[in-house]
Amino acid sequence: MIKRSFFKSKYLPYLLILPQMVVTLTFFYWPAVQGLFQSFLLSDPFGQKSTFVWFYNYIELFTDPLYLKSIFTTFVFSLAVAFVSLSMGLFIASMANRALQAKALIRTMLIWPYAVAPAISGILWLFLLHPSYGIVALGIKKWIGIDWNPVLYGSDAMVMIVMASAWKQISYNFVFFMAGMQAIPKSLIEAAAIDGASPFKRFWFISFPLLSPTFFFLTVMNIIYSFFETFGIIHTITQGGPGGSTNILVYKVYQDGFVGLNLGSSAAQSVVLMSLIIVITFLQFRFVEKKVQYGG
Amino acid sequence: MKLTRLFMILIIAACIAFPVSVFAEPITINWWHAMRSARGKVVEKMIGDFNASQSEYKVVGTNKGNYDETMNAGVAAFRAKKQPHILQVFEVGTQTMMLSGAVYPVFELMEEAGIKVDWSRYLQAVLSYYMNSDGNLMSMPFNSSTPIMYYNADMLKKAGIAPLSKSDPITWDELGEITKKLVEAKIAPAGMVTAWQSWTQIENYSAIHNIAFASKANGYEGLDCELEINNPLVVNHITRLKSWADDNRFMYGGQKYQGPKSEFMAQNAAFYIDSISGIAKLKKGVKDFKWDAAPLPVEAGTKKLQNSIIGGASLWVLNGHSKEEYKGVAAFLKFLSNNDMQEYWHKETGYFPITIDAYDSLKSKGYYKTDPLQEVGISQLNRAIPTKISRGLRLGYFVQIRNIINEELEQVWNGKKSPQEALDNAAARSNIQLRTFEKTYK
Repeated sequence: MIKRSFFKSKYLPYLLILPQMVVTLTFFYWPAVQGLFQSFLLSDPFGQKSTFVWFYNYIELFTDPLYLKSIFTTFVFSLAVAFVSLSMGLFIASMANRALQAKALIRTMLIWPYAVAPAISGILWLFLLHPSYGIVALGIKKWIGIDWNPVLYGSDAMVMIVMASAWKQISYNFVFFMAGMQAIPKSLIEAAAIDGASPFKRFWFISFPLLSPTFFFLTVMNIIYSFFETFGIIHTITQGGPGGSTNILVYKVYQDGFVGLNLGSSAAQSVVLMSLIIVITFLQFRFVEKKVQYGG
Repeated sequence: MKLTRLFMILIIAACIAFPVSVFAEPITINWWHAMRSARGKVVEKMIGDFNASQSEYKVVGTNKGNYDETMNAGVAAFRAKKQPHILQVFEVGTQTMMLSGAVYPVFELMEEAGIKVDWSRYLQAVLSYYMNSDGNLMSMPFNSSTPIMYYNADMLKKAGIAPLSKSDPITWDELGEITKKLVEAKIAPAGMVTAWQSWTQIENYSAIHNIAFASKANGYEGLDCELEINNPLVVNHITRLKSWADDNRFMYGGQKYQGPKSEFMAQNAAFYIDSISGIAKLKKGVKDFKWDAAPLPVEAGTKKLQNSIIGGASLWVLNGHSKEEYKGVAAFLKFLSNNDMQEYWHKETGYFPITIDAYDSLKSKGYYKTDPLQEVGISQLNRAIPTKISRGLRLGYFVQIRNIINEELEQVWNGKKSPQEALDNAAARSNIQLRTFEKTYK
């Protein structure tokens, strides 16, 4: 028998969850409701004048071809970041999982980039790939002969921010994949090896399905990361340029709201952004999670 | 042990019983500004001088980050009713501040505090940027600059070109020929770069040639103004720059100043257009070549050249404080426009002295003889009495409009759009912003 303790009071559970509720309500729901309300207003930054305008801000947004382009840019960007960082993270984890000398050291070194703040990561990549002072960029131009110029060409800028954003996230993914792999029983892999499965087949048919909960979790996390936390990278590398080609949604919210002080439009954009994330996460849980195998 | 506790209680009780205010504290005046590092120190020194000059008021300066952050801090503080007395706001925020209903206009403040100011002794091109449509000054100009053209003197010498005049501008055609020579002779990898393209190549280009940037006298006379930058003259200028971009006479180095500046300092470009605040940066950063500065180029055959326009920030006095405090604010603003302060400010930061007296005093001391670079901008700014078109820009959501112009110009430089298309688009998109702004303040 497991020993259980009982509390008679009916209110105690409520009391115990109260702190968490208070924190969630004040720091999440309250601002979210305020944002929702603000998105129906046209108001000056000093709060002297506000007019209720129904869906004016939303109509303005969705009739602006550049906003639709910004949504598209965001999807391209986040899919690219998620793909690069997940595949690289998985690849490195499967390599590092083998018996290597100095295993602990290598793992520690691989985890380090995660500790780098996004803005710093942006600056580092700028030093490598800036067309006039980037060391790697100068090499690309000189030896490969590509006219690399992220200051001028949108596609180059996109490649650059994807690399800077994915690089940081690889470490994060690596940690989780590594942990996931260590949880896979050795006996399964050994059994498959005895049956004559090649290393690739062992990975694809045994390790990978068993990693699927990790993989699923990381996909959700990576997409949320690329939607929101890449702000610092965009801010330091491109500021949304050139020609708006790297202006992802979260950066546009900042530019219109914080710099441009158009609170109504910026609030409407935040609501759209929030809805997008809710829909994406919902879809992932609804359709992708079915294929995930939890537990043995 | 018990004794120490008793002692502490006594001390605390004493503190409560005799608050510090008994000793006639001076009235505190808060000033939130965006001046950091070297400029921040200059500001601190000016505040220190004011506080030492009298005992009634004590100005406390606080840096709130860059321009955006400072303005946001001011907005948030105002909403929370904790606003400072003085807030420094960049020039593009002028319209928002003016309509905010949160400010105490400087001309009223000075009148009501009984301080007589002869506004005609100020640099008119600076004042006019911050005046309302009736010609009354709304905020106190603080740091003002204007763009000029820097050039690599060694490169020009190598190509056998005489140094440019510091007072008479060359024409754009001449600049085209010079850069052609330099690029073809492989003396310079590229001809020119420009910082802040909207400000230097469209806003100032328009002002100098007296071309309207927007209708309603550039927005001074009504919120229902529309952008007019898709006029043939500006389109022609951008088309020329694009054709220069194709043969390396022009190189695009980014929206702000860092990229273009580093191209000029790395000798990748022979000409560099940027604010006069670049003088200090280049003096510090350039070691391996000689450089000089000239006024911005102009169109050949322009009958009357107008003044260039300013960039920078001004000081806004916010509502909601007591009369005594405002007296202190007025005294402080007056103090800042003293000759000593203005000369010190100009020498240390390169920003304009805002009064003619300070300028004359510097002149008579021979300052511009020893440092002729500093006079290039000021004489360009003072070369004509500002017209309704060259006095400045008064646009809502100006930050967004500059962003739009940047985006559209970038698409010209990378060949996605023709200059006409891009400028038409920039005007149309900006007009949507202007309409939303108009709707907000109706």
